[in-house]
Amino acid sequence: MAEIHIPTVAELASRGESPDILFWVGCAGSFDERYKRVTQAFVKILDKVAMNYAVLGTEETCTGDPARRAGNEFLFQMQALSNIQVLNGYGIKKIVTACPHCFNTIKNEYPDLGGTYEVVHHSELLQQLINEGRVTLKGGGEFSGRKITYHDSCYLGRANDVYEAPRRVLEALDAELVEMKRSRANGLCCGAGGAQMFKEAEPGQKEINVERAEEALSTGANTIAVGCPFCMTMLADGIKNKEREADVDVLDLAELIAESEGL
Amino acid sequence: MAILSQLAFISIVGLFSYLIVKRIQKIRSNIRFGRKNEIFPDPERWKNLFLLAFGQKKMFKKPIPAFLHLLIYVGFLLINLEVLEILLDGFFGTHRVFAPWLPGSYAWAISFFEILAVLVIVACLAFLFRRNIVKVQRFTRPEMKGWPALDANLILVIELTLMVAILCMNAADQLLQVQGHYVSTGKFLVSSLLIPLFEGFTPTQLMLLERAAWWFHLVGILAFALYVTYSKHLHIFMAFPNTYYGRLSMKGKMENMPEVTHEVMLMLGLPVEGNKNPPAEGFRFGAKDVGDLSRKNLMDAYACTECGRCTASCPANLTGKKLSPRKVMMDTRDRMEELGMGIVEGKTLLGDYVTHEEVNACTSCNACVEACPVSINPLDIIVQMRRYIAMEESGSPAAWNAMFQNVETNFAPWKFPSQDRFSWAENIK
Ligand code: SF4
Ligand code: SF4
Repeated sequence: MAEIHIPTVAELASRGESPDILFWVGCAGSFDERYKRVTQAFVKILDKVAMNYAVLGTEETCTGDPARRAGNEFLFQMQALSNIQVLNGYGIKKIVTACPHCFNTIKNEYPDLGGTYEVVHHSELLQQLINEGRVTLKGGGEFSGRKITYHDSCYLGRANDVYEAPRRVLEALDAELVEMKRSRANGLCCGAGGAQMFKEAEPGQKEINVERAEEALSTGANTIAVGCPFCMTMLADGIKNKEREADVDVLDLAELIAESEGL
Repeated sequence: MAILSQLAFISIVGLFSYLIVKRIQKIRSNIRFGRKNEIFPDPERWKNLFLLAFGQKKMFKKPIPAFLHLLIYVGFLLINLEVLEILLDGFFGTHRVFAPWLPGSYAWAISFFEILAVLVIVACLAFLFRRNIVKVQRFTRPEMKGWPALDANLILVIELTLMVAILCMNAADQLLQVQGHYVSTGKFLVSSLLIPLFEGFTPTQLMLLERAAWWFHLVGILAFALYVTYSKHLHIFMAFPNTYYGRLSMKGKMENMPEVTHEVMLMLGLPVEGNKNPPAEGFRFGAKDVGDLSRKNLMDAYACTECGRCTASCPANLTGKKLSPRKVMMDTRDRMEELGMGIVEGKTLLGDYVTHEEVNACTSCNACVEACPVSINPLDIIVQMRRYIAMEESGSPAAWNAMFQNVETNFAPWKFPSQDRFSWAENIK
């Protein structure tokens, strides 16, 4: 198979072109070993549907989400204003990202600082591609009989009211979608939000991710679908804590689509 | 005699009105300790007020308490029509002033109120049962020990007693009607069932009973109205402005700090527009005390029903951490009241009421915001305290300081060299 070339905005600009949509990869998508695979799955899909997209490559930097959530507003605004400089400089209009934290920050918080874009989460773009028939799932294949439960990321769900797109994507897979007791607006956090990802939890009786992993396991699902890099880490750790990593997978929506597409 | 009772009536109503107005002024000035919010009118606000406050939409996430609560809410709202009659009677020295105006339908109206009164009694008993016998978990958390638990029970008992008083008053009244002492109104549905209890009473005893219940109800309602302003029960009023002024933006959005923007733009060498003013001298970044919070934050604290739905859905609290969003709201209110009494020195919200440990445990998941039936945002207060800790105290947990460092130097929260950011793109087939 030929190697897939990932176009950067700078490269397009040098040819006098601009992407229809910018793929904002995010720090986890760029550096986290596990989430890099999600990034790769997603670009494979974009490549297959011949999307006119590009990434910022090394010009991308942290959106500032963890800094703002941990209270460091100076650092947040440093990051935000520099990123907005870059985005506006390239005339970016539309952004897709596989990280709900980046999604929330760019969509809701950048406008106050002069950066206004149309921002979608990759689950929404995937749903659109499925609806338009650009991604056609074989169906009846390896997914029938698989039980999938979907974990709502706080920053996608409650924070931005995106509950349906990820579920529509999963339904298209022809798998059995089972809900956890706490789902949608009542979904339980994985424990990583609000910059908790970057420190140990305060003293308590239990880790939040273990509580959530137990709930996911109790559905009997063998796949836990997520749409957030932090949820993925937290739930994968939770599953390990329960010693179920051998028979239960934690996968991102893009990975599931790519798998069913044979990408 | 009649004139004496009218005088007594007017002085009692006057006294309570005075105390209540004083208290409202105090609450208003306490809320104004906070920083001014810019809140713009929007039709959406009215919609929220009608759906959430009038319609109690969020309450119905838990149908059983929602139904019981609805009984008390509707009951009290409508029974107030009967209170209006009590007030008019007291003022003019009349007895059941509405009766002659509504021939035929008066007894029906009172009967209807009586049915409501019974439903209120049932709901109050059910709530007392849930709190004290079943001990529903969210009512027995540590922050509910002592006064808050007593407050909740007191309110239920007062409501119950007021309803019983109305029924006794009506029963005695009907007996006196039959004996020709009072104007005849016809039979009241519920209280007529209580008549056998009072049949052995002399007319004087009956009149004493009827009057006592009447005064009890009047003074009870007024005292209750005053008590409410010191209690979590203040939500019966505050729910309305609070849902109106609730945030309309997406929950994920954290409020921007324009005070920071000026300096950051200077640091980045960006042109500073005239409207991004530098912060005033002595401006405090983030919140250490209630005066640093917004007026909406403080209004939230007065609107809190202490229902604990926020805490019951808080992932930190559920897993045994000290953080409880309800406690944050109760602490904010307590500290505000304290400040209102002039206790300024020595104490602050952050540190003396809410600890760093609590503030640090929040995942900013918005579960508390979603759960709150009256549009309270505990997360907003928590974030402002985090801002104070990070920017004024430099007191964030060490791991966060390391993360800040990474973002500053590597442009990612982890310690990866920034030139490796794009290496994920190699060898994708
Ligand atoms: S936002 Fe914070 S306080 Fe509110 S429920 Fe989530 S963790 Fe608890
Ligand atoms: S903040 Fe809202 S949900 Fe929490 S106790 Fe108060 S009223 Fe209830």
